[in-house]
Parts: sequence; C-alpha cells; structure tokens
Amino acid sequence: MDTASRFLAVAQLNAQYASVIDNDRLEQWPDFFTPQCLYRITTAGNFARGYEASIVFANSRGMLVDRVSALRTANIYERQSYRHIMAAPVILGAQGEDMRSETSFAVVRIMRDGATILFASGRYLDAIVQDGSALMFRERIVVCDSPRIDTLLAIPL
Amino acid sequence: MPDEIATSAAQAALPSWPEGLTRIPYWVFQRDDIYVREQAHVFRGPVWHYLCLETDVPDEGSFRTSFIGDAPVIVTRGAGGKLHAFENRCAHRGALICLDDEGKAKQGFSCVYHAWSYDLEGNLNGVAFMRGMKGKGGGMPPDFKMSDHGPRKLRVAVIHGLVFGTFSAQASSLEEFLGDEICARIARVLEGRKPVVLARYTQALPNNWKLYIENVKDSYHASILHLFFTTFELNRLNYTGGVIVEGDGGHHVSFNQLDRSKVDEAYSKQNIRSESDYKLADPSLLHGFEEFPDGVTLQILTVFPTFVLQQIQNSIAVRQIVPRGPGHSDLHWTILGFEDDTPDQRLVRLKQANLVGPAGYISMEDGCVGGFVQRGVAGAPDHSAILEMGGRDAVSSESRVTEGGLRGFWKRYRALMGI
Repeated sequence: MDTASRFLAVAQLNAQYASVIDNDRLEQWPDFFTPQCLYRITTAGNFARGYEASIVFANSRGMLVDRVSALRTANIYERQSYRHIMAAPVILGAQGEDMRSETSFAVVRIMRDGATILFASGRYLDAIVQDGSALMFRERIVVCDSPRIDTLLAIPL
Repeated sequence: MPDEIATSAAQAALPSWPEGLTRIPYWVFQRDDIYVREQAHVFRGPVWHYLCLETDVPDEGSFRTSFIGDAPVIVTRGAGGKLHAFENRCAHRGALICLDDEGKAKQGFSCVYHAWSYDLEGNLNGVAFMRGMKGKGGGMPPDFKMSDHGPRKLRVAVIHGLVFGTFSAQASSLEEFLGDEICARIARVLEGRKPVVLARYTQALPNNWKLYIENVKDSYHASILHLFFTTFELNRLNYTGGVIVEGDGGHHVSFNQLDRSKVDEAYSKQNIRSESDYKLADPSLLHGFEEFPDGVTLQILTVFPTFVLQQIQNSIAVRQIVPRGPGHSDLHWTILGFEDDTPDQRLVRLKQANLVGPAGYISMEDGCVGGFVQRGVAGAPDHSAILEMGGRDAVSSESRVTEGGLRGFWKRYRALMGI
C-alpha cells in the first residue's frame, strides 16, 4: 500500500469500528481484532507513568467476546449510547502489511433521558495488520485524556 | 440581608432521626447543612483518614497530594524519612500550596500567589518582601512572626504501608482507632509486602459519599445486583464467610473463605449443575494463583468513614472516597500489585483488574446504583430507607445477607455528628 491508501484504509477501519459501537452492533466489535490481540483502556497519566493495569484489559479476542456477552446478559446499567467523533488517523509507521497509527477521538454519551456529555476524549494507539483484504487491530490502546470516568464505563470505547 | 440569611440558616434545625438503627432518613444524603457539619465532625473530627501509600512518598522530599473530605492535604517525607502531612492551603490568602499530584520537593513548597514558602513539615519559612522594598518601606509589621502562621498540620500514622492522617488531637492512636481485628485483616493482605501501583483512576459518582460507602458495606446486594459471577456460573458452593463489624460499628470486613472440607463435594455438584448457556470464551480471566494461605478469596474491608481495602481473588486495590458536595463524590482507585510478583502473577492481576473499577464486571453497577438512590429520593427527604436485613443491631454475622455493617456505619456516624 502507498501512503494515501494506508491513510484511507485506516480511516475507513476507524469509521467502521465507531459505527459498530455507536449503532449497538457490539457483537461485531471483537471481529475488528486478531485472535491474539491487546485491547486496553487506560488514561494519559497511567500511560505516561508506564502503569500496567487498565480500566479494561483484554489479550485475546475471547476476552472481548466476554465483554460483550457480560454487557448483554449480566451487567446492569442505565440505557445509554455513544457517538464517536474520530479525527483523521496519523500513520506513525508501516512495515510490510503492518502499520502503527494514532487517531484522536471524542466520545459523546447520550443517556436515556437525553442527558448528553462529552464522556471521553483521547487517542487510539493502534497496531494494525492486514488479514487478506481486511485490516485488523493487533493492538488498540485507548488512552483517555482525563483520569476521571463519569459514573461507569460499560460500552467499550 | 446577609444577617437574615445567616439567622434563618442557624435556626433551621435538623429534622429528628427516626428511632433505632433501622431507618435512615433521606435528608441525610441531601442537605447542605449536613454536608457542612460532616466536614467539621467527621472529616476534621477525631477520625483517621487514609491519605496515600507509604511507597507514594519513597524518599526525602517526595510528596503526594490527597484529600480529607473537602480539605486538600499534602503528604511529604521529610528529614530522617519521617512522614508529615499538612493542609494544602497557604497561610497567607488560602491558595493551594502545591499544584501537583506527586513529585519531589527537596526545597519544600512555595505558594505561586505571593511566594510564601514552606518546608517539608509545613512550617512557614519565607514571606516575600517581608521587610519591604529596600529604602521604600512596606513589608510586614515588625511583630509579624512566621512561626505564628501556617497551614494546619495533621497527625500521621502508618499501618502496613497505608498512610493515615487526622486533624484531631483527640483521636486515639491509629491502631486503637482501627482495632485488633481490622489491623489483622489489613495485615493479611499487606503486611511485609511492598506494593506496586499498577493503575490509578477516578470514578465520578453522581451521589452522596455515604451512598457509596453503604454500598461497599452492603453484602446483601452483592449476588443480586452483580450478576457476572452468577450468569457465568462462577459462584462456588464450597465457601463460608461472614461480615465483621468493628470500631463502634464504623469499620467492617466482608469475606468469603474456601471451606476445604467441602471442596470435593462442591466440585462434583458444580459439574452436575452446568446447564447455563453462558460460558466465558476466555475463562483465563479467573485463573488466579494462591496468594493467601488462609483460603480467603474475597475480603472487602472498610475503615470509617471513606477507606476501602479490596481483595477480590488476586485483584488488590485501595479506594478512597472524596465528597464533592451533597450530591457528588469522587472515588479514587489505586490498583496494586507487589514487588515480588512473577510475570505470570502480574498478568493475572492485569486480567483481574477487569473485575473492578468503572468498567469492572462486578463493580460497574456500584457506580450507578448510588445515583439511582440519589435521584429516587429527590422528592422524599422525610422518608427513610429500611435496614432490617439480618436483624436490628450492628453486630458481626456469619451470613453475608445482612445489613449489620450499614447499621454500624450509621451508629458511628450519628455519634460523631450528634444527630
């Protein structure tokens, strides 16, 4: 892939990822990741200090599947949805089919009564691999700018 | 007009508290005057409050900022390795002295507003232009003494790596405040071990701080609100447990312990009853390691009023609740490992951190349920919650289906508040 196609491919991957979460098709969310993967939600302060633990941690696609089934069947939270606003990706590097990218995001949370807040902002730090014609995340580290999470974080970022 | 407002505020007496320990009037989660009184009687009262980990201030000059109720506090390590804590409030005009969460301040602190400076013990040791400008006069009056002024200092004490502080000269020693049982229960998690911070984050709760600490002490709700373990059939049958109520009711421990005599029987029962459709795709989340020889797999410990030490399997954390007005609070999580963790053990802790925090499989609900109460009781200040599960007193219990820990909290709280 040349530079322009990489940019377009990653932007499209991000757009599809956001669409799946924001339109409540969470069952498709794990499919964006390779079977052995790393997905973390952390904060800028934790990330800068190299703190290892996360608000959400998964090192397999199975753990992402479990997140979704827990949200669907076990966890209790008030009805809410997200709207992701994604910036254009920055391609940090590419080697063969593998890429590293960084993408800024903002997530608006809409509660059932209409209360709408800027729930999270931050950046995705991604390692992306090509599997046939599809791009997948081998690693997606969600670095939230703020150390504070309002109420709870149920739906993934 | 201001006089009238002050008078009417003073005259507005608190409603009377219902008889006994089993009714909690909802006004206690709502009223501004209660909030103000709590700051004086509970947070600045004869009570010890968790401030930080001892490892947060490792060297001479290290500091970490914290809170006791509304009051911002600085914890430092001074000469000879001694720990100090004092208000993060300049003696001059009240500005914050320190604007960082943590760091090194070998030379002490200097207020950014007018450069009044403090040593690591919180002593005022410099006032900019104290003697005025050369030849131009000004300066402080000649009888102004720096030693007469300073932020309030706290008494500081450490137990198994946890730093506590109190504004009160009347408070008993920390050990006496905690009591033997609580000291022993802290020891079984932390004694002789060097904790490593694995993460810190803050959960902003849409509710009064007391609704969160009630929730932590409420072992009755655990298997009802938190369905993760039940749904995925991860509950084990071969457990005993109970609730310990200590410290004039204010502290509590809730625990589950493996009953080794029932292990075989229980395992066979588990095989029989696995009819659920729900299975974890990656059950490694719960493949822990044997960390505690006593077989306790869950221990939730609270120290009155706002400290929580958590052991859920191999997930260890301390939680500190900071009130933010009557209807809001901040829950500060510090997720811990230990210096001698093997890489495999550390990975277990990273995975099990999924159980707790704002996205925790078994704790996310606690972030919203306090808000459900706060909103639910908005129009019912004169009505009361019912706390009769497990009896009407505040005593330890072999059953975890009890509200004894909550009744204990309110007993201690009311004694301090004089209500």
